[in-house]
Amino acid sequence: MLTWLRNPWGRPRFLPLVAGLYILWSVVPVAIAILFAFNAGRSRTTWQGFSFRWFWQDPDLSVFHDDALQGALKHTLVLALISVLIATPLGVTLALGLQRWRGRGSGTVNVLMLLPLVTPEIVMGVALLLLFLQVFTTIGLGTPAQAIGQITFSLSYVVVMVRGRLVSIGPEYEEAAADLGARPFDVLYRVLLPLLAPAILASAAVVFALSIDDFVVTQYLSGDASTTTVSMLLYSSARGAPTPALNALATISLAITLGTLALVFIVYRRFAGAEGAEAVAAGLEV
Amino acid sequence: MESRWIWRILAAPGVVWLSVFFLVAMYTVLCVALGNQDTLNQPIPFWNPLDWNVGYLIETLKDFWNRGPFYTVFVRTVVFVFVAMGLSLLIGYPVAYYAARHAGRWRGLVLLLLVLPFWINYLMRMLAWINLLSPDGWGTRFLHTIGIEALFEKLGLLSQDGGWLNGQASSVVIALVYGYIPFLILPLYAALDRIDQRHIEAARDLGASPFAAFRRVTLPLSVPGILAGVVLIALPMFGDYYTQDLISASPRTNMIGNQIDEFARQGSQKTVGAVLTMLLALVLLVLMFYYLRTTRRADLERAR
Repeated sequence: MLTWLRNPWGRPRFLPLVAGLYILWSVVPVAIAILFAFNAGRSRTTWQGFSFRWFWQDPDLSVFHDDALQGALKHTLVLALISVLIATPLGVTLALGLQRWRGRGSGTVNVLMLLPLVTPEIVMGVALLLLFLQVFTTIGLGTPAQAIGQITFSLSYVVVMVRGRLVSIGPEYEEAAADLGARPFDVLYRVLLPLLAPAILASAAVVFALSIDDFVVTQYLSGDASTTTVSMLLYSSARGAPTPALNALATISLAITLGTLALVFIVYRRFAGAEGAEAVAAGLEV
Repeated sequence: MESRWIWRILAAPGVVWLSVFFLVAMYTVLCVALGNQDTLNQPIPFWNPLDWNVGYLIETLKDFWNRGPFYTVFVRTVVFVFVAMGLSLLIGYPVAYYAARHAGRWRGLVLLLLVLPFWINYLMRMLAWINLLSPDGWGTRFLHTIGIEALFEKLGLLSQDGGWLNGQASSVVIALVYGYIPFLILPLYAALDRIDQRHIEAARDLGASPFAAFRRVTLPLSVPGILAGVVLIALPMFGDYYTQDLISASPRTNMIGNQIDEFARQGSQKTVGAVLTMLLALVLLVLMFYYLRTTRRADLERAR
């Protein structure tokens, strides 16, 4: 204790303690919420034994049998799929274009591309809500609007990640291909895209996870009850939820998100090497 | 020649998308905020800047000036955000410092655990606390047993036994810290990790005590990371409404985000909602561009 007082920053004793306590604080509550998804009773605060009741066994109230819960899960996955299918190609082409396009306008587009990353979600939510209520009234609120909103903020993540990979690949391969007579389209299709494949896959996984976990924009652009997502259901019934089925729903959604990210991370490591995996990890920090 | 325009064509769809769904959307906020309302309080946007009507903006600003409800909520939001930022830094700095400098062979695992909350749904993390802090929850019982409940009551931070979720400002602030601290720790970790170890060794060789070396070398060098992390969590905290709704559910702890949510989404007066959104965005614009500038500079340095 005395040595620590004299020199608290040397051989740290209190640092691992603080870090350990922080990690416990950040992880344990969620672990307990997951545990209660497997509670045999109706309580979310008293442990009554282990079961899969709230996943599928309960004939009315389990995630598998309750229409509201199951509908939210399905809608969440549909939105995530649409977002991946549109945001990924859109972001990859934008990244390729921005990387090589120098001169007039490129600086502005660079800032425009980064703005959604730092704009508070409520500002984007209100802006898109008003856009669909006042301008694109034919689209209106509902699934297409929700997908558009999610794509708009995920786009930047794709661009940042793919560009990071483009920088680390460097211009040599393209130049070699061009010197050997390949036309720009061939360079793109036969050299750049294969080299970028791991980064594209990783960014698709990130878009998928962002879409599943998104709340504000998705809520602002939702239409009727059929466009409720898992996040929205968590928000509307967390305080009043009658059973641990809500915990079960959150657990399923978490398993899907983490499973996808882990899978892609492993694939990425195999194809792009550890260095590439670190680049992706850095990209995730945006 | 051909190779020049191909890049522009590739960028075009993304640029068009962002222009329509970001820029035009933001412009719509302006046109609604500076537009008019019909008799049912439905917004009538004015698309031509020459027609803009500042009536609703003036009315809102007057409320601030006269210390009306908007003023109270705004001041409360600023206090909540600053206290939450301070607490986050107090907890986050030693954690990031440990991960960057002293984690040793645990580093991979520690990093994984620090990144993990990113990918757990924010609302699930709040749900976890709602379960724990309900009157008979495990968290409430734990806090009672170790005496924190009594301590908080003595300090005036908790009004009754087990009342953590009944409009407690302290609960909202702690929930904000819990929610956003991962976004502070990672940039801080990156900044601390980038500091050249030799600077610290040089300070020690020249006779600085470990604490002096920390105070005069490590701390100043980590300031950009601190600022970037603090800005990164301040931005979403200023627009947060769901944490308050879930953890407190009382108008006594309403934040500016709740006000915007009530007016704009729940829809009593979308014009007022747009005015508040515009004002919030204007205030935060400074922070947003500060953050973009620092990350851009860091990018350029890394590319060099």
